[in-house]
Amino acid sequence: MDINIITVFILAIFVGIEIITKVPPTLHTPLMSGSNAISGIAVVGAIISTTIDGGVGTYLGLVAVIFATINVVGGFMVTDRMLKMFKRK
Amino acid sequence: MNYSNIFYVLASVLFILGIKKLSHPKTARDGNFIAASGMLIAILATLLSYGKIDLQMILVGMIIGSVIGATFALKVEMTQMPQMVAIFNGFGGSASALVAAAEFLKTGDISAFTMGTIVVSIFVGTLTFTGSFIAFGKLQGFISGQPIVFPGQQVINALFALGLLMLGFYLVQEPNEMNFFYGVIIISAVLGITLTIPIGGADMPVVISLLNSYSGIAAAATGFVLMNNGLIISGALVGASGLILTNIMCKGMNRSLANVIFGAVGLEQESSQGDSGKQVSIKSYSTEEAAMIFDAADKIIVVPGYGLAVAQAQHAIREVAEFLESKGKQVLYAIHPVAGRMPGHMNVLLAEANIPYEQLKDLDEVNPEFEDCDVALVLGANDVVNPAARHDTSSPIYGMPILDVDKSRTVIINKRTMNTGFAGIQNELFGFDNSIMVFGDAKDMLQQLLKDLKEL
Repeated sequence: MDINIITVFILAIFVGIEIITKVPPTLHTPLMSGSNAISGIAVVGAIISTTIDGGVGTYLGLVAVIFATINVVGGFMVTDRMLKMFKRK
Repeated sequence: MNYSNIFYVLASVLFILGIKKLSHPKTARDGNFIAASGMLIAILATLLSYGKIDLQMILVGMIIGSVIGATFALKVEMTQMPQMVAIFNGFGGSASALVAAAEFLKTGDISAFTMGTIVVSIFVGTLTFTGSFIAFGKLQGFISGQPIVFPGQQVINALFALGLLMLGFYLVQEPNEMNFFYGVIIISAVLGITLTIPIGGADMPVVISLLNSYSGIAAAATGFVLMNNGLIISGALVGASGLILTNIMCKGMNRSLANVIFGAVGLEQESSQGDSGKQVSIKSYSTEEAAMIFDAADKIIVVPGYGLAVAQAQHAIREVAEFLESKGKQVLYAIHPVAGRMPGHMNVLLAEANIPYEQLKDLDEVNPEFEDCDVALVLGANDVVNPAARHDTSSPIYGMPILDVDKSRTVIINKRTMNTGFAGIQNELFGFDNSIMVFGDAKDMLQQLLKDLKEL
């Protein structure tokens, strides 16, 4: 057990609360789809988990890579599509 | 030792900067791009620094994922955005759970701490996966939007939760016992379903926000499994974001999270309709008569409800608004927090119709504006403009923050029929002296109104 990693986790939550409360309600849907894409960071874990040589774990890793990539690519793209629509007068 | 950690820190910084730029529509698109670059850096750093990976297999996986993700992103209608976010939450959650499962299956000594985080990651990730697909089914109409309840539901859920805790505990003690491992997966999957089916369609904004948060928590838990700062920080950011949005949605309905999850609200729609019994006498106007009221007005506030989006009338209202503005009138839009099917949904639907974002005002901003407003035009909104929320302690929506349309000189309400809203209650606003009903489909009504306005 590493206390540093727990420190990082707790501080990140505080940073998250701080910056997310500043996002106006108008942008809450893009915030959600964008943060959704960020949760696709699991793709990093998925890549690491395919390092196991053979076995079921590798295949689970592959499925995880596919799922997380859907999340990342789809999330960022749809967020961009929405944000493009927000125009001034 | 492993220099990839430096790049994870860089990626995390870019995620934070990206979200910071979401604080204004002007910079938001750049923000999204910055966050996406952060992701690219994290992925490249991982591919380059782990030697033993099967690069070919990963690339195939990433191409498949990219094609599916891009197809979703380009094809989805803006009204279907809640479904898409729901299904993506599910993919994110399951990816985290799969990684944790892969780590578990990797033979070798697993410390109690790591085993504990694996259990948490599999639990939250699997629950997010099944819960998200139920939410998707409800939003898409595959499953009834009505709450699905059966006797003893809470007891059964409690037993599942207890069983899960015990299995998780034993698995930490005996990491080699595969049956405990399968048990954790199965119960988590079942809990995701049984916790989501009793929640009504109108409460889906809360559920999606909550599942969004879970997908972040699952990623963070997987970060603890792998001792990876990138996953922990990103997961914490997403977890916090989802919780904040959940809280905003709950406040918008004046409900506690527990009430949303366990309350099965929306079930007794018919009985409460019968109870209220109060008949209101209404004035019904034609669009021609309504046009004359608009002609005399200087300040108009439009209150769009989900009915507007269902009727695909966003473009029609923009045309009416542009015509009124060309006559020197001021037009604003009042957006209630729960106006759409997910946080901020209505704003996206209006932005899609090229309505400038400066005209979209949220609840706190717009309520003082009704005092000197000549016409409030309510389009397919009901509960969010019901004054009973302010004074009628017996009303199911009592205490819910509402848009004070009744303070305007005239309120024009467009509805298809006199049906009640989601809360299943009659709206006393319709009978107010300053209220006028214009019946009909929102799109047809607005097009006719525009014609009548031009003929004046």
